[in-house]
Amino acid sequence: MALHDVPLIFVLIGLTFYAVLAGADFGAGMWLLLAGPGEAGHHRREHAHTATAPVWEANHVWLIFVITVLWTAYPTVFGSIASTLALPMFGAAMGIILRGASYALYSGVRKGRELRATETVFALSSVIAPFFLGTLVGAVAARRVPVGNAAGRLFSSWVSPVPIYGGVLAVATGAYLAAVFLAGDARRRGEQDLEQAYRTRALAAGVLAGALAIGGLLVVRHDARPLYEGLVHHGHIAAPICSALAGVATLALVARRAYEPARVIAALAVAAIVVGWALAQSPILLPGLTVARAAAPHETLVLVVIAVLAGAVILFPSLGLLFGLTLRGRFDPGAPSPGPPAAPATGADRTAPLARVAGACALAGAGVLVFADAQWAHAVAVVALLAAVVLGFFALRPGELADEGDA
Amino acid sequence: MLAPVHQAYLLEARQMQALSFAVHIPLVCFGIAFPAIIMFVEWRALRTGDPLYRTLARRWSRVMAALFAVGVITGTLLSFEMGLLWPGFTAAFGSVFGLGFALEGFSFFLEAIFIGIYVYGWDRLKPRTHLLTGIPIVIAGFTGSLFVIAVDAWMNHPGGFRLHDGKVTDVRPLRALFGNSYLWHELIHMYIAGYIVTGFLLAAAYAVGRLRSRERPATRYERTALAIPLAIAALASPVQVVVGDWAARDVATTQPIKLAAIEGLYRTTRGAPEHVLGWYTAGQVKYGIKIPHLLSLLSFHSWNAKVIGLDTVPPSDRPPINIVRFSFQTMVGIGTMLAVLGLLTLVVMARTRRLPGNVWFYRAVAAAGPLSVVALIAGWVTTEVGRQPWVVYGVMRTSQAVTGAHGIPFGYGALVVVYLAVACAVVFILRRLARSPLPAAA
Ligand code: HDD
Ligand code: HEM
Ligand code: HEM
Repeated sequence: MALHDVPLIFVLIGLTFYAVLAGADFGAGMWLLLAGPGEAGHHRREHAHTATAPVWEANHVWLIFVITVLWTAYPTVFGSIASTLALPMFGAAMGIILRGASYALYSGVRKGRELRATETVFALSSVIAPFFLGTLVGAVAARRVPVGNAAGRLFSSWVSPVPIYGGVLAVATGAYLAAVFLAGDARRRGEQDLEQAYRTRALAAGVLAGALAIGGLLVVRHDARPLYEGLVHHGHIAAPICSALAGVATLALVARRAYEPARVIAALAVAAIVVGWALAQSPILLPGLTVARAAAPHETLVLVVIAVLAGAVILFPSLGLLFGLTLRGRFDPGAPSPGPPAAPATGADRTAPLARVAGACALAGAGVLVFADAQWAHAVAVVALLAAVVLGFFALRPGELADEGDA
Repeated sequence: MLAPVHQAYLLEARQMQALSFAVHIPLVCFGIAFPAIIMFVEWRALRTGDPLYRTLARRWSRVMAALFAVGVITGTLLSFEMGLLWPGFTAAFGSVFGLGFALEGFSFFLEAIFIGIYVYGWDRLKPRTHLLTGIPIVIAGFTGSLFVIAVDAWMNHPGGFRLHDGKVTDVRPLRALFGNSYLWHELIHMYIAGYIVTGFLLAAAYAVGRLRSRERPATRYERTALAIPLAIAALASPVQVVVGDWAARDVATTQPIKLAAIEGLYRTTRGAPEHVLGWYTAGQVKYGIKIPHLLSLLSFHSWNAKVIGLDTVPPSDRPPINIVRFSFQTMVGIGTMLAVLGLLTLVVMARTRRLPGNVWFYRAVAAAGPLSVVALIAGWVTTEVGRQPWVVYGVMRTSQAVTGAHGIPFGYGALVVVYLAVACAVVFILRRLARSPLPAAA
């Protein structure tokens, strides 16, 4: 492995996280469509919504991570993919936009028709977005994206069996992952009916996704022979087999209601598919373009690797905090509350000197910024101006200001 | 590097980009400033034990969550568009500027993670812990602006690489992004704009409520909700004028043609005059108010300084003059009015220790909210259209960056429809959230 491979590994790790975590968020949206009627159906929909609410934005950022590392480390690749696959990419964007907007609408809508309409948009866009994202991956895997500015065909680059199959598989895996996660969440909250409902869905979706995965090999063999040969090549065959085994294992775990291990094993199944694809395709990124040739200059690669590793040091503890709180049920409705804030200590505020300091900072900052030319002088001036705003704010005491009537 | 292709719909592509930004930018102002404002209110709640502050902070955090979700999706579209619309640009220069976006990604992670914890953590975390989880959001709002503006500043003042036979070599991403003098005025100007827009929009919402129900005195809740954002905006807007002046001097030295477009200056002139208002046509500004020597004085602090005119470059290298001029004058006009309103507010607040009672004051605040958004967009139009015809100033033309894909008008039309729907949804949510009963004050 060379330096130019490292960012690609980051991209693949990001893609796996995105497929597992955001895939499950999409899936939760899809299950709104199949929640069933009546009060029970309403309850199931609400569960699907509240279980993903605190985490979906963080999960979504994996996509941004994948894209930005891709265009930094392999600049021609992203431009070639996006310009040839403009339609599915635009479709994915529209799905993401409608999904986010209808998610935001939840906080405003009331029960009844409004809620149903919002949920329908949310659910449909939760199918559209992963479908198109799946076709993007499928089209790249099927080597239908040539290097160049819109060098491939607008339609035939992705309207063909393997890309479409990629989209369908993405939808099905999302639905399966979501059902597993939701059943696990319901169990933690001690809601047996809910758990049962999602467990049934998980088993059904799991069988479907598994069948699709196996049947898909035939599609790939027919439509994208090089990819097929790469996948079943004797050195690589371990990856698809691992994925299949992990898939079967999760089904068994769900059947036994062991949802927590099922989550992890399901993630492994997805990771194995990604690894299998990467092995099948390496060292080619796009037809005729190897990873080595696509890679950015040395200094950029070094900086990307440093940036990602340093970012990971901050990222993973933060993610751990968020998922820890969520998975331990701290955000569930009815979770224990630590009680009201302690009685405060109120001291007398002395703000007259503060106001004078703020005024002095403002004048000095403005004077220096306007009349000095040196960079360091500008830096000092900006700090003084920002200090003036902050000090001025505390000097005004806008909170107490409102205690009295108007002037 | 991808070979440039002919694109019949370059103009539509540019407009699509502009529309996407014009929707994203006002939303991210709330990502920049709202967390700090809400944290201040929550801190007051902890300090005074007054349930009113807690109610206000919780309520605003719901608004923040909804706006953040819309900010996320509009931002996602922007990152797709870097490839959908400008593949030539990312392919040629991704290795130079891309690092900025990769770093930006981590800042988004932090923001999204801690917004999740903050918004869902009310009553679930210890009060002090909950307050502390706001800090990463404030920091990420700043770093998020820093990294993305580093990219924009690099596009306006490129460096940190060399071109050899049309290929980028000798790439120094850190120097390109952070060793760029152009970054700092853009960053500070935008960051302050975030506080102005958030402050005035919030204040405007409560000022409108106030004007609507004039028959009864405002409650303490309403007065608090008005006073806090108003104080912030009032303090920030005079500062913005000084920072804007700094920005203009940076433009004068690094992008003389942009300055010439802003001022409608055709001929290179010593002791150049400034024209307020008016229309640029046939090499001069018509119907404007001419102030002799002012441009030289403002740009270079000298009565007779030489200011470069548009005639130094061929017409194909000039941006659309009147769009740039009009946007700039709009921003400065609004900026000046906001600063005056801010200073007046500060004087009344400091002298009387109360909110002003005059109806016209509330009308002015109600107008200041939307006007600050207009200034924000106008400022970006000045910067971005003023950079034309270059996507990377002096290095790559926009026409070399654009996609060769068909169907841009279709995408543009679809986006207009979807964004109109999103805008309706946002207005709907905000009205609902404003009307929904106050959460129990505990
Ligand atoms: C609330 C918004 C707002 C307000 C009140 C002002 N501006 Fe501004 N301005 C912006 C918001 C903005 C911005 C955030 O939209 C821009 C776009 C790029 C940038 O860095 O900030 C901008 C750009 C911008 C530029 C171009 C910088 C470049 O191309 O890099 C100049 C010369 C000014 N401004 C000058 C001013 C002056 C002299 C103002 C005061 C009277 C002023 N601005 C008020
Ligand atoms: C002046 C310019 C910009 C500023 C100040 C800015 C700032 C921000 C901020 C503060 C957020 C957090 C979300 C929110 O608060 O609503 C955000 C979101 C986002 N922005 Fe921007 N942005 C700018 C331009 C851009 C550009 C040019 C792109 C891409 C090409 C972009 C892509 C994104 C993305 C992808 C998100 C979503 C992040 C997430 O998933 O959490 N932004 N932006
Ligand atoms: C800070 C991050 C930003 C980046 C990286 C960025 C990047 C770009 C790119 C790549 C283009 C297309 C090429 C071109 O027309 O030159 C563009 C155009 C444009 N952008 Fe930005 N931009 C940023 C911020 C903004 C913001 C905040 C606005 C707000 C409205 C904006 C308004 C525009 C407009 C109006 C155009 C079209 C210019 C024209 O067609 O004449 N940009 N920008």
